[in-house]
Amino acid sequence: MVELTLPKNSRMTVGKTWPKPEGATNVRAFKVYRWSPDDGKNPSLDTYFLDMDKCGPMVLDALVKIKSEVDPTLTFRRSCREGICGSCAMNVDGINTLACIYGLDEIKGDVKIYPLPHMEVIKDLIPDLTHFYAQHASIMPWLETKTDKPATEWRQSIEDRKKLDGLYECVMCACCSTSCPSYWWNGDRYLGPAALLHAYRWIIDSRDEATGERLGELDDPFKLYRCHTIMNCAKTCPKGLNPAKAIAEIKKKMVERTL
Amino acid sequence: MNYKTDIVQVSGRGSAETGASHWFGERLKSVALIPLTIIFICIIAPLIGADHSTVVGSLQSPVKGFALIIFFLVTLKHLEEGLQVVIEDYVHTRGRVLILIKLNKLFCWTFGLVAIFAIAKITFAA
Repeated sequence: MVELTLPKNSRMTVGKTWPKPEGATNVRAFKVYRWSPDDGKNPSLDTYFLDMDKCGPMVLDALVKIKSEVDPTLTFRRSCREGICGSCAMNVDGINTLACIYGLDEIKGDVKIYPLPHMEVIKDLIPDLTHFYAQHASIMPWLETKTDKPATEWRQSIEDRKKLDGLYECVMCACCSTSCPSYWWNGDRYLGPAALLHAYRWIIDSRDEATGERLGELDDPFKLYRCHTIMNCAKTCPKGLNPAKAIAEIKKKMVERTL
Repeated sequence: MNYKTDIVQVSGRGSAETGASHWFGERLKSVALIPLTIIFICIIAPLIGADHSTVVGSLQSPVKGFALIIFFLVTLKHLEEGLQVVIEDYVHTRGRVLILIKLNKLFCWTFGLVAIFAIAKITFAA
């Protein structure tokens, strides 16, 4: 059955409060989720203080500053720092987003940073995305063709190419899937908004020759139909995409093929 | 030790191939229930406060009887499908899901058949 409370070993405790920077006048508090697989302790919320006059404007800048100058044990993923790689997805101020493109000026009061919700945590702000990536792989995120390969490229009209706009931009950061209550309850079987957005990206691709197989594979009460149009995915997507619309389009295609 | 690859765990037993029909059927019934509920209210509302013989007399019309039977059939089927989704959402042990879905069917169909029998009894009593 669904669990409405956290398991005993997941309950939060008060963590360490780190010293304030000396001589700083513009100080801001950062409350950051900490958990290590090595010490057997429950997760805690550490409080860090940063001199905002010497800190970059984004949440990721603050995390990098904490790691560089205050606590080198703080663990998080990051790479491109411009919203392209999707590595630094985390829950900031209650919203799943990319820390590198989320401005500190958008947050009132203390900055609260947690890992993506309802995922197994590897350490601190790093969730285990193994299952999420396997779900993505399961929808065959590549061009499937039966016709002999053309001498040059698979051709596509400008109109058909435009249909992929709003879909191809997804960076697989997992913000949408981990904001979805259906994914929280049934993430083992429900593919989630990210994988389904990618599924639609290939279903709608005019060059793909496996549309029927793709739709057939999704015609399942759990893989697709756990989506109840809650719309958290569209609200939280840091790239401004709308996975809920893509899922609705797949459902439409499912019905169309029976008529 | 579980040596299954991640993709095997995600793929499970493949597609059940029942999702679309269930989903579309549920929505069709939702739409059908808009006029059916209005018809149901139009039949029942004038009878509020009426005595037994007036109610029985009014419902002995075959058109009204047929409309009420259709209303109950669609409502109970819609209830069954909706509750099944709730069970699938919140119950995660497959054995329990199966039992609850069957009990749900039993409850909805029993209730529906009793309603149909009662309406038919009144309609054909004339």
